[in-house]
Amino acid sequence: MNRNGHAVVVVFSTSHAMKLEKRLEAKGIECKMIPVPRHISSDCGVCVRVARADVEAARQAVEEIGLEIDGIHEI
Amino acid sequence: MIYLDNAATSWPKPRGVAEAMVRFLDEVGANPGRSGHHLSVEAARIVYETREVVAHLFNAPDPLRVVFCNNATEAINLSLRGFLKAGDHIITSSMEHNSVMRPIRVLEQRGVAVTVVRCSGEGVLDPTWIETAIRPETVMIVLNHASNVTGSLLPVGEVGQIARMHDLLLLVDAAQTGGAYPIDMQSDCIDLLCFTGHKSLCGPMGTGGLIVGERVDVDRLDPLKCGGTGSRSEQEQQPDFLPDRYESGTLNAMGLAGLAVGVQYVVEQGVEVIRSQEITLTEQLIHGLAEIPGLAVQGGRDASRRTATVSFTLAGMAPSEIGLALDERHGILCRVGLHCAPAAHRTLGTFPAGTVRFGLGAFNTADEVEKAVEAVRCLAGEHA
Repeated sequence: MNRNGHAVVVVFSTSHAMKLEKRLEAKGIECKMIPVPRHISSDCGVCVRVARADVEAARQAVEEIGLEIDGIHEI
Repeated sequence: MIYLDNAATSWPKPRGVAEAMVRFLDEVGANPGRSGHHLSVEAARIVYETREVVAHLFNAPDPLRVVFCNNATEAINLSLRGFLKAGDHIITSSMEHNSVMRPIRVLEQRGVAVTVVRCSGEGVLDPTWIETAIRPETVMIVLNHASNVTGSLLPVGEVGQIARMHDLLLLVDAAQTGGAYPIDMQSDCIDLLCFTGHKSLCGPMGTGGLIVGERVDVDRLDPLKCGGTGSRSEQEQQPDFLPDRYESGTLNAMGLAGLAVGVQYVVEQGVEVIRSQEITLTEQLIHGLAEIPGLAVQGGRDASRRTATVSFTLAGMAPSEIGLALDERHGILCRVGLHCAPAAHRTLGTFPAGTVRFGLGAFNTADEVEKAVEAVRCLAGEHA
C-alpha cells in the first residue's frame, strides 16, 4: 500500500466525527475534519482525514470508541 | 436586589458563560455539522464538547447519547410522545410539573393509560406505592427528581431499581436537580434523563436535552421532529443513529457554548460542594421562616431531603400580594402562585392560591437569606 497521501474515515454524523477526532488527538494521531469528497459520498457532512500511514491506528481508534462508520477510503 | 428565583432560572451565571456565547457569535458563528469548512468544524467541536461535559456530569454511557433540545419540557415531550403508544400504561407521581402532566393528558386521550400515584401532603413518595401500581401493560415510570414547588426529592434510585426489576423504563425530569444534586444515570438506573440548561447547570435559556440510556429501544422512540441533520443528506428518511435522529434543524450552538461553561463550572466546584452549601442556606431559610407567626413552610423541613427551593404560605396574605411587596419594597425577587404544577399544589393542599417560592441558587449568601427572612417577618408583622 502506498503510505504517502491521505485516507478518510467516513462517519455517519458530524457528532461521530468529533468523537473520533477526540480519540485520535488523545492517541497523538494527526487528523483533520474535511468535507466528504464528492466521489466517495454525496453526503454533505464532514469526514476525518488521516495520513495513510495511520489508517490502522485510526481503525483501532474507531473500534475503541465503538463507532459504527461508513468506511475508510484512500484519497 | 436579592434574586431568589433560581428554581425558575438561575441568575447570575458563572463568569465565562456570557463570554463563551459572545465569542461564538463573534468568532465562530458557523453552522455546526452542516458545512465542512473550519468554522463549521469549530462550531461542531464546541457542541460536541458540551455533549462530553454533560455526559460526564450525569455519568451518561456515551456523549453521543446526549440529545440537545430547547429545554427539559421538549426532552420530556420527545420521550413521552415518541415512545408511548395506545394500550401502554405509565405510572407517575402527583408532584409532577405540567411539563409532564400536560403531555401525559394528551397521550391519555390517545389511549395511553395513566396512574398518578398520590404523594403525601409533604410531597413524599414511598417507592412501594409505585410498585403496587405496576400492571402487565406498564412500560414506563415517569418521575420528577425534585418538586419545583417544595423542593422535595423523590426516590429516583429506589424507583430505578423497581423499574429494572420489572423491565420498565424510568424517565426522570431533572429540571430542578441537574447541577444541584448528584445524578448518576447508571447507578440511579435512569433510562431517559431530561435536563434543562438554564437552572442549576448555570447555562442560558434555550438549552437542555435528553440523555437516552442504553436500555431504550431507539427504533421505538420516534423523533418529535424530522428534517435536516447535516448527515445522510442523500436520503429523504430520517437517520436512525444518535444523536442525529432527534436533532433535526440547526441547534442553539451559541447557547450550548454557554452551557458548556456553566456545566464546567458545576463540575469544577463539585456538585457535592454546591449541594452542601445549598443545604446550609436552605436550613437557615427554613428555620428563619418557620419562626414567623402564621407562616407555613410547605413540604418536609429536612434540608437533606429537598433541594434549595422553599415554598410557604402566610395566613391572611395572598402569595401574589407578598410577591409584589417583596419586589417593590424589599428588592427580593421570587415566584408566587402555582408554579406550573397544579397537581403538586393539590397534593399539598395549596391549590388554587398557590405559594410564595424562594429558589436559592449557587450564588446566594447567608446574608441574603437573612434579609429575605427579615423582609417576610416585616410583611407578616404588618398583617398580624
